[in-house]
Amino acid sequence: MLLANCAEPWNSAMAWRRPLAATLPLLTALALVGCASDGGSGIQSQRLSAISGRGKLICGVDGRLPGFSFVNPDGSYSGLDVDICKATAAAVLGDAKQVDFRDLNSTERFAALASGEIDLLSRNTTATLSRDAPGGNALSFAPTVFYDGQGVMTPKASGIKTLKDLAGKPICVESGTTTELNLADRMREIKAPYTPLRFQTGDQTYAAYLQGRCVAVTSDRSQLAGKRTSFPDPAAHTLLPEVLSKEPLSPATVNADPAWADAVRWIIHGLMQAEELGITQANVDAKVAEAKANTNLADLRRFLGVEGDFGKQLGLPANFVVLALKAVGNYGEIFERNVGAGSMLKLERGLNRQWNQGGLIYAPPFR
Amino acid sequence: MDRTGLPALAQRLRRELFASRTDGLITLVLLGALVALGGGFLRWALVQAQWAVVQANSTLFAVGRYPLDQQWRLWLLTTLLAAATGLSWGLLRGRSWPRNDTIAAVLLVALAVAAPLFLQLTLAIQARWWWITALLLALRWGAGRWGDRLPAAWRRLWPLLWPLLYLVGMVLISGGLGLMPVRPSDWGGLLLTLVQSSFAILLCFPLGVALALGRRSELPLLRWGSVIYIEFIRGAPLITLLFLGQNILGFLLPGGLAPDRVWRAAWVLTFFAAAYVAEAVRSGLAAVPRGQMEAARALGLPVPQALIHVVLPQALRVALPATVGQFITLLQDTTLLSLIGLLDLLGVARTVMANPAFLGKNAEVYLLLAVLFWCCCAALGLGSRALETRLNPNPLSAARA
Repeated sequence: MLLANCAEPWNSAMAWRRPLAATLPLLTALALVGCASDGGSGIQSQRLSAISGRGKLICGVDGRLPGFSFVNPDGSYSGLDVDICKATAAAVLGDAKQVDFRDLNSTERFAALASGEIDLLSRNTTATLSRDAPGGNALSFAPTVFYDGQGVMTPKASGIKTLKDLAGKPICVESGTTTELNLADRMREIKAPYTPLRFQTGDQTYAAYLQGRCVAVTSDRSQLAGKRTSFPDPAAHTLLPEVLSKEPLSPATVNADPAWADAVRWIIHGLMQAEELGITQANVDAKVAEAKANTNLADLRRFLGVEGDFGKQLGLPANFVVLALKAVGNYGEIFERNVGAGSMLKLERGLNRQWNQGGLIYAPPFR
Repeated sequence: MDRTGLPALAQRLRRELFASRTDGLITLVLLGALVALGGGFLRWALVQAQWAVVQANSTLFAVGRYPLDQQWRLWLLTTLLAAATGLSWGLLRGRSWPRNDTIAAVLLVALAVAAPLFLQLTLAIQARWWWITALLLALRWGAGRWGDRLPAAWRRLWPLLWPLLYLVGMVLISGGLGLMPVRPSDWGGLLLTLVQSSFAILLCFPLGVALALGRRSELPLLRWGSVIYIEFIRGAPLITLLFLGQNILGFLLPGGLAPDRVWRAAWVLTFFAAAYVAEAVRSGLAAVPRGQMEAARALGLPVPQALIHVVLPQALRVALPATVGQFITLLQDTTLLSLIGLLDLLGVARTVMANPAFLGKNAEVYLLLAVLFWCCCAALGLGSRALETRLNPNPLSAARA
């Protein structure tokens, strides 16, 4: 229905622009709908052509989240969310450096996306129905890049291995949070009564835990891991395997530009598929050479863009997966480098393992 | 009992701190608390604190993500600022070196030697700071010694050096005129904080004066316009206005037409501070007796001239302390920019603390911020007090105050 605006001659829209207030609804509609005025090519993405036109991807990140996005001493950005931006820039523009990072807080992130100030939101955003729905925030979520969830940390010396072992023990929680409620629900479910010690702030909670006033502390797993690095002896604490809530953190674009959303979706699927196929930043060149030499490897040839037109169908270069892999490596490498074993956070892969290793990372076939 | 053998200092201490048993007890308790606090702080600062987070990120704190190969422009600007400071200082003081000047010079030298050493900067960069400080002090000395030989017309014009330098500085920072442009989104740290606050301070003052005059105007449109503006701004918290500027402008103006978000924030700060400055100036205007205006008009001065030459100089002098207070608040308000995702000092601090390599080093970072902000605010305060003394038509009463 909103697309009817596109049918109007462009000039009438220009004439209306003078009285600013009067044009507000129209302009908003235009920005949200993102209708492409040239109907010539097969790919109808205004956003994609805007990115190519300016030669830069504008990516919204948190900028203050350990392991996900932060600024290095030399002024460059690092983190898992940041690497998704870099991979997208590499796949679209051929250069991972052509990213403008925008630090966004949690209230302005959706407005920045809807007003078109950023192309891609890669800011630890939990995918939910109301954020996805056209009547809600009208976002289009890319595949989840980090399955976070509420976890529980205990000292290794306590010998606690599962949630059940916590029965009758004191647990530190931040009061008034959903984590407190989730914990209560789960403990009631498994019939393990416990003593909650409630604190006003996160700092107080962790201080009490370190003083030994409780044998466990609960929060989001990535946050627990981040806090653990600042403990006097990080190796003495461990995260229990149970996850108490679902926090699928996904990059997002606007609903109104499905072609751009598809491009982002398949760039990320490409990173995940590459891990499944064992293609890494180091061996991607060798794999391309192998695919070029051997015409029998049809799957690999299509995936790497040696044959077929997957790139063209998405409005991307034919070898977009190769470009992304050369920039940041496959999904597993991104994970390990930023939040996994190769980082200070030392998070287990857990749910973020590949589907064939018991995780949820699952790229649909590249066919 | 009078013990004449004690030196004067001990006598004074005895009189002021240990006059009675209760006094002595209070003194001892407070002294003990001070020593415990100070000792604890020193032990933390010297032994426990890990200053690597400040040392490794000193460039980030200073200029944010400003491109490395363009940072020579900021060095040049710092040098120019030091030179202008030295010149102005020398011309103001002449040959005399009051005690305060000697203290300031010694402090500057100590800072130039100690700070780069503490930050473990490379020798080349340490040398730059030494050189800049030496230049400042040399110009102070030179301008003081030979400044009076300059033609009188030049000496009258030298304050114009500062607005000129401000324009040159903005060009050096942002590029243009043949320099590679550096986008405002790459400015950060102390640089962004100072650019934002100086921009807002410089523009909000004339705007505030205009609003104050408008509010006292007899033209209804002007008066009500000013009243509505001032009351609207004063009725909304700064953070909501900042969010409005960041989020709504993107919808109002078609893509690309909205100014960069750094400038949006700078304008919001300006418009916000202008309303408060207007009220400060209005209090100054109210303090000028009506007779002043009437006398000026009776002498045949038209209203604008009467305002500029008679009323405003008196009003602004009265409003100066409140206005400077507003400026200091404005400088501290720039920390709100970190909430809208700009990398001002606090924003840089928060992103540094998110670096897994420096997790948990919050105390060190916040202490650094406190020191930096204290220095900037103290400088503003000192400057305003010096200005008050100079503007006071009756120096004797100023000395007593």
